[in-house]
Amino acid sequence: MLNKKDLLGIKELSVEEINLILDTAAGFKEVLGRDIKKVPTLRGKTAVNLFFEPSTRTRTSFELAAKRLSTDVINFSVPTSSVVKGESLIDTALTVQALGADFIIIRHSSAGVPHLLAKKLRASVINAGDGMNEHPTQALLDSFTIREKKGRIEGLCVAIVGDIIHSRVAKSNIYSLTKLGAKIRLIGPPTLIPREMEGMGVEVFHNIEDGLKQVDVVMMLRIQMERQGKGFFPSTEEYFKNWGLTPERLSLAKDDAIVMHPGPMNRGIEITSEIADGPKSVILEQVTNGLAVRMAVMYLLAGVRE
Amino acid sequence: MKILIKDGHIIDPSQDIDDIGDILIVDGKIKEIRVKSREQKTESRDFKLRDTNSELRTINAEGFLVIPGLIDMHVHLREPGYEHKETIKTGTKAAIRGGFTTVCCMSNTYPVNDNASVTEYIIRKAALEGLCTVLPIGAITKGQKGEELVEMGTMKEQGCIAFSDDGLPVMNSLIMRRALEYSRAFDLPIISHCEDLTLSDDGVMNDGLLSMTLGLKGIPAEAEQIMVFRDILLTELTHGRLHICHVSTEGSVNLIREAKKRGVNVTAETCPHYFILTEDAIRDYDTNVKVNPPLRTKKDIDAIKEGLRDGTIDVIATDHAPHNRDEKLMEFDLAPSGISGLETALPLSLMLVDEGILSIKKLVEKMSSNPAKILTLTSKGGLRPGNDADITIIDLNKEFRVEAEKFLSKGKNTPFDGWKMKGIPVVTISKERIYKW
Repeated sequence: MLNKKDLLGIKELSVEEINLILDTAAGFKEVLGRDIKKVPTLRGKTAVNLFFEPSTRTRTSFELAAKRLSTDVINFSVPTSSVVKGESLIDTALTVQALGADFIIIRHSSAGVPHLLAKKLRASVINAGDGMNEHPTQALLDSFTIREKKGRIEGLCVAIVGDIIHSRVAKSNIYSLTKLGAKIRLIGPPTLIPREMEGMGVEVFHNIEDGLKQVDVVMMLRIQMERQGKGFFPSTEEYFKNWGLTPERLSLAKDDAIVMHPGPMNRGIEITSEIADGPKSVILEQVTNGLAVRMAVMYLLAGVRE
Repeated sequence: MKILIKDGHIIDPSQDIDDIGDILIVDGKIKEIRVKSREQKTESRDFKLRDTNSELRTINAEGFLVIPGLIDMHVHLREPGYEHKETIKTGTKAAIRGGFTTVCCMSNTYPVNDNASVTEYIIRKAALEGLCTVLPIGAITKGQKGEELVEMGTMKEQGCIAFSDDGLPVMNSLIMRRALEYSRAFDLPIISHCEDLTLSDDGVMNDGLLSMTLGLKGIPAEAEQIMVFRDILLTELTHGRLHICHVSTEGSVNLIREAKKRGVNVTAETCPHYFILTEDAIRDYDTNVKVNPPLRTKKDIDAIKEGLRDGTIDVIATDHAPHNRDEKLMEFDLAPSGISGLETALPLSLMLVDEGILSIKKLVEKMSSNPAKILTLTSKGGLRPGNDADITIIDLNKEFRVEAEKFLSKGKNTPFDGWKMKGIPVVTISKERIYKW
C-alpha cells in the first residue's frame, strides 16, 4: 500500500511507490479488458472531481476510473459552484468534504493548491493538475505506457518536445522518468526551456533534429495558442517549421521509437496527422492506460485510509 | 514627569557613547546623560534632583542595553481603509513591543495617502491612538498611478517625511525624474520600491530552478536591479535624494555600492527576511513567506550581509505588512505579499551581531541613527540632551519562542512562528510613557 493520504506530485514519490502504482495498474488494466469492466473494490466510497479549470479528458478519466471501482462520483466545476460567489478555496473544499467525499480530485490553475488542501482536509487529495507544477497521474500513465511498449524504462532515451516551462505534464514526466532511470532530452525554443532547466538533470536541445537522434520515445506536448503573441514564439507557423514533429524528423529517432501526446493535440502545429494516426503513435493507448492508472491510485490511497 | 534610567549599558552612535551610565528624562525630553568614563572626579554620577515636586520614576537597567528608540522607515499601518489588517493603534502597539518608537507608514492605504487631508487624518489618528511616533510617507503620484505628482509641499507641511509609491513602482522614467527633481525643493527623499513590473510580470517568487520546480511564476533579480540602476542614474541626473527600499539581491547591493563610491545621494535599506531566509522557505507553498521582492538565494543573503557590514546598506527596516489570516490562507498565486515584522525585527537583526557581521553599535545605527539622519529627524535617533525621550531597553540574553498568535499586531503572518530567538526589549519609552515587560 502507499504510505500516503494524498497524491500531490511525482516529486513526493519514491521509486518503489511509482513501481507499486504501475504494477497495481497492470492488474486493473486486465479488469478493463473484461466484459464486465467493474469491480466492487471501493463500493460505498465517494469521489469528487473538484475542477477549477476546464478539462474533459482528465475529469472523464477520473470519473470513469471511480465508477469502475464502484465509487460514487460527483463533478464539481467552477461555473456551477459557489466559487463564483466569492467563496474561498478552503471553504469550497471543506464543503465538499462535509458532503462525505473520500477522494477530492483537484485541478487548479495555481501551483500548490493540492498541497494546501491536503493539509486542511481528512479526505485523500489527488492532484489532477496544479498550475505549472505537476500532473502526476498523467506522468504515471505515460510511464505505464512506455513500460508496456518497451518492457522497461531504465536506460531509455526520452525526448520531450514543446512548451516545457508551462507544462505540468512535462515536469511530472521529468521527475518520474528520471527516477525510473531514463535519460531525458528537452527540445524546444529557449523561451519555453529556460537554461536553468538543465539543473533538473536533463539535456536541452533547441534544434529538434539534434535532439531526436536515436531516441526511444518522443513525447509531444500541446502548444498553447495563448503563448503566441506573448513573446514565447512569434507564430504557430514558425513554431511548426522549427519544432513541429514531421515524418522526416521522426525518422531520426530509433526505428522502434514510439510517439506520445497527452492531448488534446493541435494537428499541424506540434504534430502532423500522419504521425498522430501512424503506426508509431500510442496516443489512444495512453488514454486507455490512464483509466487503469487512476484506478490504481485511488485503490492504493484508499488502503491507507482504512 | 521625571524618569531616571540607572546603570544601563548605553549605546548611542550619534554621540559615540558605548558605556555604563544613567539617563535623566524630564517631561519627555532627554535632560542629561552621564557615563562612567566621562565622570568628573569631583562629581559623582548621581543626578541632583532638586525639583521634589515632580514625580520621579527610576528604572534599573543594570545588565541591559539602553539605546535610542528604534526607527522603522518602512511599515504598513493599513489605516485608513484596511483596518481589518491593522490599525494605527494595533500597529503602534506592535512597534512598541518590538522596541520601535517611530514608524514611517507607507502610502498604500485606501484612500491612498496622496493628498494633505489623508496625511492629516493619519497624523490626527496617530496623535489620539498611536503609542509611538507615526510619520506618514506620502505617495509620489496621485493614486499611486505613476502619472501625476502629488502636492509634495502641502503634504510636507501636513507632516509627510518622504514620498513613495511602494508596491506600485513609478514605471515612467520621466515621472520618476520629475519626482526626484521636484522633491529637492522640500529636501525630502524619494523612497523607491525598485521593480520593473513588465519583467516581473505577475511573478510570485524568485525566478530560477526552484520556481520552475514548484511551478510558480518567477521574478528575476534583474527586475529589481534594472530599476535600482535607473533610479540611481536619475538621481545623478537630478541631484535628488533617493532611498532604495528592501534590497533583496546581490546585484542591487553592487549597484548601490558603486553609486555611493561615485558620490550619488543614495541610501538603502533591507529587511530581516532578506538576510535570514532564502527562497527554499517556499517549498511547502507557505504563503507566509510570500513577499515582494521575493526571497532570493544564499549568495544574495551573503551579499546583503556584506552590504550591511561595509555600509552600502544604511538601514534595516521591517516592511511590516500585516494581513488578515483568511487573506493568507489562499492559493499561493493569489495570497497577498508581506510579513508582519515589527515584533521580530530586533531579535532577527541581533543574529547579525551574533554572527559578527555588525557590532551592536552598528546595528543601532542601522535601526535608529541612520533612519533619523535620512529623514532629517533632528530630535530622534540619538540620546543627546534635548532630544525626544525615545528609548529602548533590551535584555540581550533573554531567550524566547515566537508565538505569532500572541502578536500585538493584527497581522499574525510570519514565517518565524515557533522560532527560538534571543534578545528582546524589556522597556520601551515613547511619548512620555513607559512600557515594560
